[in-house]
Amino acid sequence: MKTNDVILQTTTKVVFFIIFLFSIHIFFAGHYTPGGGFVGGLLTTGALLLLLLAFDLKTVRKALPFNFLIVVALGLLIALLTSAWPMLFNEPFLTHAFGDYDLPFLGESSLHTATLFDLGVYLVVVGAGMTMIQTIGGDT
Amino acid sequence: MNFVFLIFIPIIAALFVPLLYKTIKRIHTGWFVLIVPIVLFAIYTTLLPQTMKGESIVSTLQWIPSMHMNFVSYIDGLSLLFSLLITGIGSLVVLYSIFYLSDKKEQLGHFYVYLLLFMSAMLGVVQSDNVISLYLFWELTSISSFLLIAYWYTNDRSRFGALKSMMITVFGGLMMLGGFAILGIAADTFSIREMIANASTVTSHPLFTMAAVLILLGAFTKSAQFPFYIWLPDAMEAPTPVSAYLHSATMVKAGLYLVARFTPLFASSSTWIWLVMGVGIFTLFWGSFFAVKQTDLKAILAFSTVSQLGLIMSLLGASALTYHSNEAMFAVASFAAIFHLLNHATFKGSLFMVAGIVDLQTGTRDIRKLGGLMSIMPLTFTVAAIGSFSMAGLPPFNGFLSKEMFLDAMLAVRSFELFQFDTWGILFPIIAWIASVFTFIYSMYFVFHTFGKKGDVEALPKAPKEAPTGMLISPIILATLVVVIFFIPNVFGKWLIKPAVLALQPNLYDTPQQIDITIAAWHGFDSMALWMTIGVVAVGTLLYLSMNSWKKIYDAQPERLTLNNGYDALLNFTESGMNKISRSYMTGIIRSYFMYMFAAIAIMTLIAVYVKDAFAFDPNSFAPVTIYAILNGIILVLAISFVLLAKSRMAAFIALGASGYSVALFFVMFKAPDLALTQLVIETVSVALFLLAFQRLPELKNHGETKKNKVANAIIAIGVGFTVMLVALASQSQKLLPSISEYYKETVETLAAGGNIVNVILVDYRGFDTLFEIAVLSIAAIGVYTMIKLRLKGEKKADENE
Repeated sequence: MKTNDVILQTTTKVVFFIIFLFSIHIFFAGHYTPGGGFVGGLLTTGALLLLLLAFDLKTVRKALPFNFLIVVALGLLIALLTSAWPMLFNEPFLTHAFGDYDLPFLGESSLHTATLFDLGVYLVVVGAGMTMIQTIGGDT
Repeated sequence: MNFVFLIFIPIIAALFVPLLYKTIKRIHTGWFVLIVPIVLFAIYTTLLPQTMKGESIVSTLQWIPSMHMNFVSYIDGLSLLFSLLITGIGSLVVLYSIFYLSDKKEQLGHFYVYLLLFMSAMLGVVQSDNVISLYLFWELTSISSFLLIAYWYTNDRSRFGALKSMMITVFGGLMMLGGFAILGIAADTFSIREMIANASTVTSHPLFTMAAVLILLGAFTKSAQFPFYIWLPDAMEAPTPVSAYLHSATMVKAGLYLVARFTPLFASSSTWIWLVMGVGIFTLFWGSFFAVKQTDLKAILAFSTVSQLGLIMSLLGASALTYHSNEAMFAVASFAAIFHLLNHATFKGSLFMVAGIVDLQTGTRDIRKLGGLMSIMPLTFTVAAIGSFSMAGLPPFNGFLSKEMFLDAMLAVRSFELFQFDTWGILFPIIAWIASVFTFIYSMYFVFHTFGKKGDVEALPKAPKEAPTGMLISPIILATLVVVIFFIPNVFGKWLIKPAVLALQPNLYDTPQQIDITIAAWHGFDSMALWMTIGVVAVGTLLYLSMNSWKKIYDAQPERLTLNNGYDALLNFTESGMNKISRSYMTGIIRSYFMYMFAAIAIMTLIAVYVKDAFAFDPNSFAPVTIYAILNGIILVLAISFVLLAKSRMAAFIALGASGYSVALFFVMFKAPDLALTQLVIETVSVALFLLAFQRLPELKNHGETKKNKVANAIIAIGVGFTVMLVALASQSQKLLPSISEYYKETVETLAAGGNIVNVILVDYRGFDTLFEIAVLSIAAIGVYTMIKLRLKGEKKADENE
């Protein structure tokens, strides 16, 4: 029996972006307010999970045509590189640097290498979560 | 010349044996091997003048100097006598084996490698001054003898015998190592000479008697004393040259050597003297008694060896008495011990070779089938007769001399007053006399049942004929020695025995010349020992002639009560018993293992808390309880109870989710917004994962749990819960150090440019942990991926095959 879930799908199209943006917000705000790479990653996974529930695996794979295992590897690589980078300057492993910079378009911004490390965490969480869901879900 | 290197010459020669065996097919490999013991024998002979003066030769090869473990070769009279026996009899045995083992049918390469290995090991045992290297060589003799016994490894009995001898001698060896360790600690040195020099400090060590017993266990197992003799008859499955060499002349005397070597150290201990004398004399009787029962030629010789080793052992025990008494007769005991050791090596070696010849020429060793070979094999018969008469203690053979001295020494034991010897000492000459009678009987039985009486020569598996000359050379040399020693015993005494006695009784003499013992074949009619010997011959002849009528007494001992049966039962018990024990708890069910683990956690923690009195309860350390926390706690408990009681999997999932959300609520209450966020999302994602996997999971069902299981599970679960609660309360109530979190609070903005302490700790202060946690997450993802994808591929393949 083919069910008609147009309401679900339409709502999802809207809600997905709200959740996704919220997760990005939480990711960036993590250094000052509750949040960070881990929760941000999980929320993104949650948003993608919603897509999976409203549509199906094939549609989502078509919309996001990449292998999430590569996302995991990318995340690990970013985290490892940001950690190892200071060693080139005779600093211990995982020394973070930060400072205020005047950037074009954005104006005065404070930048922190911890965000790059957090980005690694974020990518690993999204990739690992999606890999598990897709493999387990796809095995039917 | 550094004599320690001589020990290793046979091993080095063994390296070349396979090469010679493979490349030179025309010449029997034994001829090359023969050079080694002959050369060594010649070299050791040149040392005789030095040991005769009471000098000793010491040479060292460094091994692990930092731990005082070195190869120290210490050659005095005793070790030289043994070295000469090893190389001398070794040469004769190699010569004999050249004719005994065919170079067409046998794996000669193996045989001579093992034999040379054994020779090195044995030289090492008798020359080592360092107890650790002594132990090393000791085990090497066990291993090489194991290999030699199982030389015909396709034969079941050989493998059984080899394993049995290995088990028993290695057991003893390990005990001995324990004794050496105690001595090493007590004397603060591994050198035997230094131990003996510091005897007074060693004797006062609390574990001194323990060391004596452990070392004796090593000696008794190796020298086949009661009740460890059982391996020796089974070791008779070895080729006869091996039996002649290992199980009569050399290896079984390693235990005697050990006892002799340590006598100056342990002589002060009454345990030592009683054990050595008592076990020795009992073994003498037991071996001679059961030798008469045997029907296999080599088995008779094996029991006879056991019995003769017991004789020497008891004499060594008597020689230790000189440390307590000035009675001259005990000095004779040590002389007799060494003398009989030499005599036994000569006649027993020749007898084994005779048994081998008979076996090879007639095709059987069963004494019931043999008989009437005297006229067919006259030379072999002559050798056998000389050996047997010497073994029985008849003149004019060397066994007569040492047997007389033995009886003298045992008679003298009665007059010893310490250690209750004046009450029990009378037993020694009586047992010795009875054992001598049986020795006489089996010696006659051996020679006359094989060669004498009328036998059905036609019925033998092979038509018997005289052995080839080459095979007869070795037994004839040994038999000649038997006679020669009788006529010039004092020459041998002066050259070989007195220097060896000096090692046993350094308290009495400074040089071998001071030992004024002359052996006389004739003591005159007032000698008690002579009348005892006459009695032995008279009673022995009577009993031998009437043997068929009293042989039934051997059937009185049922098979069930023999020591062999005991050994088999012990082995069976350890094998099947251990199997049963491990099967009883290694059930293969994960449930049982979890039960052990959790029960162990609860029990160990509770015991630790109780023993250390670690429990404390301080209500002041607790924060005030709010109404929300109580309500949320009730929800959590309800949710968890529902998980436990749920009948369907779906209900359990949902209850699990509820408990997860209520934990998130706790995080909110206790002001942990990051944790609450993460907990909420992760709970959602994991419930979603559960639901994805749900349709593939089977129904919840009972996996064979009984009511008893459930009660046990409940008890363990409650125990663990209770334990964890106690630990939590106790650790909350007694915080010893202030928290480190103040530092984070102060520096989070200045050092890390952040505001959220939790996140800054995660990515900055302790980012290293986070790095590996994301690695764990990645591994989990890859694990799920591979597990599912690879299983699918496998299934597909299986489908294609169908």
